[in-house]
Amino acid sequence: MSTRGVTITVNGEARSIECDPRTSLLDALREHLHLTGTKKGCNQGACGACTVLVDGRRINACLTLAFMHDGAEVTTIEGLATGDALHPLQAAFIDCDGLQCGFCTPGQIVSGVACINEGHASSAAEIQAWMSGNICRCGAYPGIIAAISQAAGRS
Amino acid sequence: MFPFSLEKVRTEDEALRAAAAGGRFLAGGTTLIDLMREEIEQPRHLVDINALPLAEIRAEGSDLLIGALARMADVAGHPETLRLHPLIAESLLEGASPQLRNAASIGGNLLQRVRCPYFRMRDAACNKRMPGTGCSAIGGLNAGHAILGTSEHCVATHPSDLAVALVALDATLRVRGPEGERSFPVEDLFRLPGETPHLEHTLMPGELIVEVRVPDGPPARKARYLKVRDRASYEFALVSTAVVLDIQDDRILSARIAAGGVGTRPWRMRASEAALIGKAPVREAFSAAAELAVRGARPLSGNHYKVDLLRRTIVRALEMAGDMA
Ligand SMILES: Cc1cc2nc3c(=O)[nH]c(=O)nc-3n(C[C@H](O)[C@H](O)[C@H](O)COP(=O)(O)OP(=O)(O)OC[C@H]3O[C@@H](n4cnc5c(N)ncnc54)[C@H](O)[C@@H]3O)c2cc1C
Ligand code: SF4
Ligand code: FES
Ligand code: FES
Repeated sequence: MSTRGVTITVNGEARSIECDPRTSLLDALREHLHLTGTKKGCNQGACGACTVLVDGRRINACLTLAFMHDGAEVTTIEGLATGDALHPLQAAFIDCDGLQCGFCTPGQIVSGVACINEGHASSAAEIQAWMSGNICRCGAYPGIIAAISQAAGRS
Repeated sequence: MFPFSLEKVRTEDEALRAAAAGGRFLAGGTTLIDLMREEIEQPRHLVDINALPLAEIRAEGSDLLIGALARMADVAGHPETLRLHPLIAESLLEGASPQLRNAASIGGNLLQRVRCPYFRMRDAACNKRMPGTGCSAIGGLNAGHAILGTSEHCVATHPSDLAVALVALDATLRVRGPEGERSFPVEDLFRLPGETPHLEHTLMPGELIVEVRVPDGPPARKARYLKVRDRASYEFALVSTAVVLDIQDDRILSARIAAGGVGTRPWRMRASEAALIGKAPVREAFSAAAELAVRGARPLSGNHYKVDLLRRTIVRALEMAGDMA
């Protein structure tokens, strides 16, 4: 199978990869760039574990192909902290017990960052509706909502 | 996923040439890539149309024009959508998730494929996926399936929420193909399954959806979209209804009603609409209209509940619209 080159700026750094055209953005991040923070849950757009920001917008990395994002800027969970300083939403997840097993957490946090930036975090009900693309099998929802409310209140 | 070749096109002409040579358009990919991974869709050549300048949302006079590549989220949040047709925003925000709405395009939304579980199970009989193999849903699990427009060959519902709103609003599509350009009502995009459920829409091979046009409605329009589903968000409709009412001096001058989740295509309820004209906007009239909507419904073993749910959803949506200032 022929491969194709794509260059994607991931967490501020231009990364070039050669991959099969079938490679999803999720597999490009995980398998080619070894950024395994972004999780593969359903691989069908149904769980949100793979949420990343592409040019600032949250999308499901599993339902898009890497080559569609040549030249784009992608932010993953690995790109949120500044050095050792956690992103305020990461800190809020710890404060509020926004996780149990942690599998959905990178997707929840990246999605939550976008939810706040979009201005969709003004109430618990609004957060519930606008975070519904992120499923948590452990049912850590109360902590997740509390964390997003807390971080939204501070920003 | 089967291997494929791909190209990115920059102009409509390039896109049409690539499609004429057998290429398949790729927009947001949220339907196509999902089904390619399941090997339900097996295109040999993908034509990435995302660089085409077709993402614009604008008003022309009092019509709303939406480019085929505009994203669901952008259409839902656009000031012209909210000014001219908030019903469209409402239907979009009731669909999918924020992540999907950021990626998914309007053209792709209309052409999304059915959510019948057997369509995705490659070892199950399914006439839509493999013509002539039979329909597993008819004798199987069919609680989510259609009660209107079904055939003995397929009973799957059309899953788009947006399409229901556009059908209620008498929106039209502009498409371009090898034979030139044409426009037609969104309603006519969708086929009944009949004996050919594998044919879902009326686009000719290689035709590109360019734009949706939503005409201005009558004054004093009250419009609502009501979606009933198993969970409050991020779920396809069991039943949904879009209603557009024109009420003056406590009389209904015109009514448009379309339903989702119940038909093999977005279903316009013309008998119900006619029954409302001249009536006062009260529950009695709404119930009578809803009764006409379920006439001819043919429930399956698992979805008798949809008949009653459709009646009630229509009544509730009409009440919600009637209550608007
Ligand atoms: C988990 C999940 C939940 C969902 N929930 C909902 C829901 O509740 N309500 C709802 O309405 N939808 C829902 N969807 C469906 C989603 O809205 C569609 O997948 C999306 O709108 C498709 O758009 P796209 O741009 O990604 O299309 P693509 O996947 O890129 O394309 C879909 C089809 O359209 C064709 N195509 C695309 N653009 C054009 C064009 N301009 N001209 C001609 N052909 C074209 C492609 O060739 C392909 O056949 C859901 C999807 C998922 C995965
Ligand atoms: S309802 Fe249609 S899509 Fe579902 S199994 Fe029957 S033929 Fe296939
Ligand atoms: S892995 Fe992408 S949505 Fe589940
Ligand atoms: S913390 Fe376990 S899935 Fe959410």
